[in-house]
Amino acid sequence: MNLEEYKGVYVFAQQVDNKVSGIAFELIGEGKRLAEKLGTEVTAILVGSEVKSLADELAEYGADKVIVVDDPELKEYRTEPYAHALASVINKYKPEILLVGATAIGRDLGPRVSARVHTGLTADCTSLEIGDFPINPIPGKEQKHNQLLMTRPAFGGNTIATIACPEFRPQMATVRPGVMQKLPKKEGAKAVVEEFNPGFTPDNKYVEIVKVVKNLTDTVDIMDAKILVSGGRGVGSAENFKLLEDLAEAIGGTVSCSRAVVDAGWKSKDLQVGQTGKTVRPNVYFAIGISGAIQHLAGMEESDIIIAINKDETAPIFDVADYGIVGDLNKIVPMLTEQLKAVTK
Amino acid sequence: MKIVVCVKQVPDTKGGVKFNPDGTLDRAAMLTIMNPDDKAGLEAALRLKDQYGAEVTVVTMGLPKAEEVLREAMAMGADKGILVTDRVLGGADTWATSQTLAGALRNLDYDLIITGRQAIDGDTAQVGPQISEHLGIPVISYAQKIEIEGDSVIVERQYDDRYHVLKAKMPCLVTALAELNEPRYMTPGGIFDAYNAEITVWGRADLKDVEDSNLGLKGSPTQIARASDKVRKGQGEKVTLDPAESVAYIMDKLKEKHVI
Repeated sequence: MNLEEYKGVYVFAQQVDNKVSGIAFELIGEGKRLAEKLGTEVTAILVGSEVKSLADELAEYGADKVIVVDDPELKEYRTEPYAHALASVINKYKPEILLVGATAIGRDLGPRVSARVHTGLTADCTSLEIGDFPINPIPGKEQKHNQLLMTRPAFGGNTIATIACPEFRPQMATVRPGVMQKLPKKEGAKAVVEEFNPGFTPDNKYVEIVKVVKNLTDTVDIMDAKILVSGGRGVGSAENFKLLEDLAEAIGGTVSCSRAVVDAGWKSKDLQVGQTGKTVRPNVYFAIGISGAIQHLAGMEESDIIIAINKDETAPIFDVADYGIVGDLNKIVPMLTEQLKAVTK
Repeated sequence: MKIVVCVKQVPDTKGGVKFNPDGTLDRAAMLTIMNPDDKAGLEAALRLKDQYGAEVTVVTMGLPKAEEVLREAMAMGADKGILVTDRVLGGADTWATSQTLAGALRNLDYDLIITGRQAIDGDTAQVGPQISEHLGIPVISYAQKIEIEGDSVIVERQYDDRYHVLKAKMPCLVTALAELNEPRYMTPGGIFDAYNAEITVWGRADLKDVEDSNLGLKGSPTQIARASDKVRKGQGEKVTLDPAESVAYIMDKLKEKHVI
C-alpha cells in the first residue's frame, strides 16, 4: 500500500428515505476542520437511489465535492450493496481519511468496508485530531506526522483511548452522532458533483427486504432539541412523566429518558439518552430522577448546562451537574412549571 | 442445522472498573462474565435448536481462562466448545480478531453463525460484520428476532426509527442484541456435564487460510496512541432547599444563563 497516494478527507453522507441524516452535516463540519489542517478538501459520498438532488444541501453545509453513487439497488439500506458502493469509491478515489456516522447503519457498514479494503476502523469516536504518531518521539521508531488521532470511550465509558492507523489507508472512524459541530448553512453554495456507479450484481451476500416497519412517533428527535427534560427511574411511573411533559411544554423543551425508563416500558427507545441510546448536547439538560449511571453520563455530559433534581444526595448525577437540587421531584417540578408558565406567557 | 456461536469473556464493567497504578485496566481484579449480547446470541441459537433441532458449537478466542465461558455455554445447552488461544494472537484489534475467528470457522460446517452485536469492554460492534466479510457470507446486524424458513434465515433488524424484516440464504452471519431474549439459566445436570466435557483447544497452527501478517498485535492496523482514565467534568453547585426555594433557585439560574 503506497500511503502517499491517499489524499483528502471523505465522509459518508448517510441518507434515509432520501433525507440527509443530521450526522452527515456534522461529519462534513468536522471533516472540513481536519481538511484545513491537512491543506486538503472534504468530499461527501452520497449513496442511494435518486439522491443526486441532495448534493446541494451537502454543499451548503461545507462539502467541497460530492460523489454520488446512485442505483435502484441502493433504495433502502442493505449491507452488501452499500459496502460495495463505499469500497469501490475508496478503491477509485483513495481517500486519506474516511468518516462514517456511528449510527445503526454506519456501525454495520463501517466494519464490512474496512474488512474489504483492509484497513483499521476506530469505533464511536468522540474527538478527532491531526497529530503525530507516536504522540511523543520514541527512540528507534519513526514518528509519523499528519496522522488521524481518533479518541473514543471504552469499557462502558470508564476509559478513553486515542487510536491511530499509521500503516493503512484510509484511516477510518465511525463518529458518534451529536458530538461534532456542523457548519452554518451557506445558502446557494455549490460543490463539484461527480457521479460514479461501480455496477451492482446481486449475489449470495445480498439480503432480501421482506418488510420495512417504521416506528410511528411524532416527537422531535432528542438530538436536535435545545432543551431536554429527561426522566429516570425516580419518576416512578409512565403516568408520572406527565409532570415532565408539562415542564417541557412550559420551557419549550423535549422529553427524553434514561435506559431504566425504556426497560420499564414507560418510554420508547428513540427517547433514550446514553451509551446504548443517543448522545445529546442541548443548551439545557434537566436530569430528573436520574441517578446518573456511567452509561447515561456518557450520553449527556457535554450538555451546556445540566440541572439535576434527585432526592438521593449521593447520586452520581450530581458529579456532572452544574446545578444540583436535592429534593422531591413531585413537589419541585409542578411548581417550576407554574412559574415558567407565568414568565413565558 | 449447524449453528456456531462466537462468545467473548469480558470484564463486568457494571460492577465498576479497577485500574493498575499505571492507569491500565486491572483485568485480574475484575469479575468476568459472558458478554451480554453474545449470551443473547447463544440463547437464540439454543431456541432454534429446541424448535428445529440443531447442533450448537460455541467458539471463543482469549486467554486459557476463557474456557470458563465455554463451559457456561455448554451448561446452558451448547453441544461443543472450541477455545482459540495462542500467545501470537494477543493484542489483536478487530481486524486481527476477525481474521483469527474466520480462520477457526473455516474448519467448521455451519449454516448460521451468531455473534453478539458488541462486547461491553470494547463496544465496537465490528468483529461480527468483519468475520462475515472474510468468509464471504451475508451479515445481518442488530437482530431483535431470528427465525428459520427452509434454507433461509428471517431476521428483524433494528434501526434508530424502524426495523427491517430481512431474509438471507444460509450460510449467513447474524449479530444479536441483548434485547433479543432473556437467556436461560444453566441446569444442574448441564453444569455437571459441562464440567466433564471435552473442550477443543486450537492454536495458531489450527487456523485455516490466515496469514501471520494478519494476526495479533503485529497484524492490527489500529494502534493505541494513548489510553487514560476518563476525566470528568468538575462538579458544580449542589443545594438542599425546601421545594419553593428550590424552584426559586432554578428560576434564578435559568435567568442568569438567559434561558428564559
